[in-house]
Amino acid sequence: MSRDAAKARGEVFAPWLDENAEPLIRFDRVTKKFGDFVAIDDLSIDIYEREFFALLGPSGCGKTTLMRMLAGFETPTTGKIMLAGKNIGPIPANKRPVNMMFQSYALFPHLTVADNIAFGLKRSDMPKDQIAARVDEMLGLVQLKKFGGRKPHQISGGQRQRVALARALAKSPKLLLLDEPLAALDRKLREETQFELMDIQEKLGTTFVIVTHDQEEAMTVASRVAVMDHGQLIQVATPEAIYETPNSRYVADFIGDINLIEGAVKSVARDIAEISWAESMEPLRATAPEGLTKGANCCFAIRPEKVSISAERPEKAANALPGKVIDIGYLGNMSTYHVELANGQMVKAQVPNQNRLSRHAFTWEDAVWVSFTATAGLVLTA
Amino acid sequence: MGNTRRLFLILVPYSWLLLLFLVPFAIVLKISLSDSALAIPPYTPTLDLSAGWAGIKALFADFDFENYAWLAEDNLYWKAYLSSLWIAALSTLLALMVGFPIAYGMARAPEEWRPTLMMLVILPFWTSFLIRVYSWIGILGQNGYLNQLLEWLGLIDEPLIILNTPIAVYIGIVYTYLPFMVLPIYATLEKLDADLLEAAEDLGCSRFQAFWLVTFPLSRPGVIAGCFLVFIPVVGEFVIPSLLGGSKTLMIGKVLWDEFFANRDWPVASAVAVLLLLILIIPIVLFQRQQQRQQEAEQ
Ligand SMILES: Nc1ncnc2c1ncn2[C@@H]1O[C@H](COP(=O)(O)OP(=O)(O)O)[C@@H](O)[C@H]1O
Ligand SMILES: [Mg+2]
Repeated sequence: MSRDAAKARGEVFAPWLDENAEPLIRFDRVTKKFGDFVAIDDLSIDIYEREFFALLGPSGCGKTTLMRMLAGFETPTTGKIMLAGKNIGPIPANKRPVNMMFQSYALFPHLTVADNIAFGLKRSDMPKDQIAARVDEMLGLVQLKKFGGRKPHQISGGQRQRVALARALAKSPKLLLLDEPLAALDRKLREETQFELMDIQEKLGTTFVIVTHDQEEAMTVASRVAVMDHGQLIQVATPEAIYETPNSRYVADFIGDINLIEGAVKSVARDIAEISWAESMEPLRATAPEGLTKGANCCFAIRPEKVSISAERPEKAANALPGKVIDIGYLGNMSTYHVELANGQMVKAQVPNQNRLSRHAFTWEDAVWVSFTATAGLVLTA
Repeated sequence: MGNTRRLFLILVPYSWLLLLFLVPFAIVLKISLSDSALAIPPYTPTLDLSAGWAGIKALFADFDFENYAWLAEDNLYWKAYLSSLWIAALSTLLALMVGFPIAYGMARAPEEWRPTLMMLVILPFWTSFLIRVYSWIGILGQNGYLNQLLEWLGLIDEPLIILNTPIAVYIGIVYTYLPFMVLPIYATLEKLDADLLEAAEDLGCSRFQAFWLVTFPLSRPGVIAGCFLVFIPVVGEFVIPSLLGGSKTLMIGKVLWDEFFANRDWPVASAVAVLLLLILIIPIVLFQRQQQRQQEAEQ
């Protein structure tokens, strides 16, 4: 069952919600130390078959280490890694049904494109005539049929990337690991390739685990995203959930653009929390998460596109704050207004540009009101 | 302006080549076409520049290929050439077998050790080549350190006879020329991307297969360079066979030395040298082409 087929029947692909689903990969309290340095810190995670799972985090947070443990190039200091219910700890890299696409592509420079793709197949027990057919099939999959006879240095960067992908997929691994697969490509090619990757993943149904430090890339391709920091998982959720309901300041700040306002809970009444955040300013009203207690320190978070901007105070808005336009960023499809509130707090508001050539409604130094509903923002305590 | 600069840049290496290679070669070639004589210098004719053009014409009229014919007649010479080529080929192979693991170990050693290991390989160059070869006499002789050690270990009762045999020559050559084998191989192995080996393992290779299918083919340029750098000079080697090989080891370099200094037959010695150069030109040209191809591949 492909994700498309599931979608067509109105089912949502979400095995992580199914209590009976067996994970393909299970990290069970895995810690990895390099000397005294803890690269992966007591990490547990389940990844399911057919998932396109993204590991997202800043450089040095342990993404590559996690992936290298799956491939078999590093062993956990403590904890277990299970693949399809089997502990893969004792299985060496060359015996695992896992293939990796390297960040550097690691194509063999002395072999042709076709021989690179055939390399893994020749180590398997596949008969010779089938190898040629399989190589041809893989060349077709990545649209490189004409380039089989070239050497890696005779093709472009984007083509090398596709050869690396084809080589890693040729043995039909249960799990494909992609370490920053698109980092070396320019922006436009990267975006095209993201969609190609998704197509190929859906077509083959292979489980993909992708490492990236580019949040847009993770959001675009992944069925679930794991946000990492210092060897720990901060949040694991679908891209929508990560964006709309981040569980912490760290995740909120890491994914997309967001306004963060520090404050304290003044009161909680019927799901609505009032947050005091500055003297002489009205408290902010927002939906209270479960378990929010009065007096707790918290952070109010709101995405710029959920903030409205107007000349007069809107009548029914749950939150309305006066301020002054400091800066305007024109992004083509949108404009971002940087508004300074009375106490100096900056708030970003993003407004779509609906009419071509229409002048900006507001200009520098204009007095404006920023407003948002009670459900637009989030109260974060972590 | 740019043209004069370019001309200058081209001229420097060519003048170098002209002065230090072609002029001496022309002199040797000239002597090889002359006849031996009891005189100073010990050959005729000599160039008489005071006679002008007529002198040069007289010089050319006296040239002949007698000495080359002599080389063909006496089978000492072609045996010596063949034996030199054979010894050079075998010692190149031995140097490769010893040098490759050394280079491999150096390239796989932790990065902070590598400069030290490199120093150790180059260190012998700091003492005189002659002294190092002499010291092998002390090691390999009947009462040498090697025999003393083996007797002390109880491995032998009678001292082994190594000195003045071909084995001593091979030991000396491999020892002396090892750095020329190790350094180019090390250079290619050190550049090798470690990801390639992991990729090979990831695709199902054992460590040994990864070495054989990836490391070795990618180190080929270094192996070829190392082999040429050992083979070419070893063919003309005469110090090592003279000091360690005794009278039984026949090498063309030694024959040449004897012709020059024992027989004082400069013309025959020169003919031997010219022929040796012609024989070596083939591998040298091959080496040049290989270097060029490698450079092109890297671009
Ligand atoms: N072999 C190693 N020895 C020592 N430290 C390492 C090793 N591999 C990774 N590290 C350290 O572990 C941390 C995580 O590295 P890595 O997993 O490569 O991060 P990421 O891929 O997220 O950028 C880094 O601080 C890195 O310096
Ligand atoms: Mg990394």
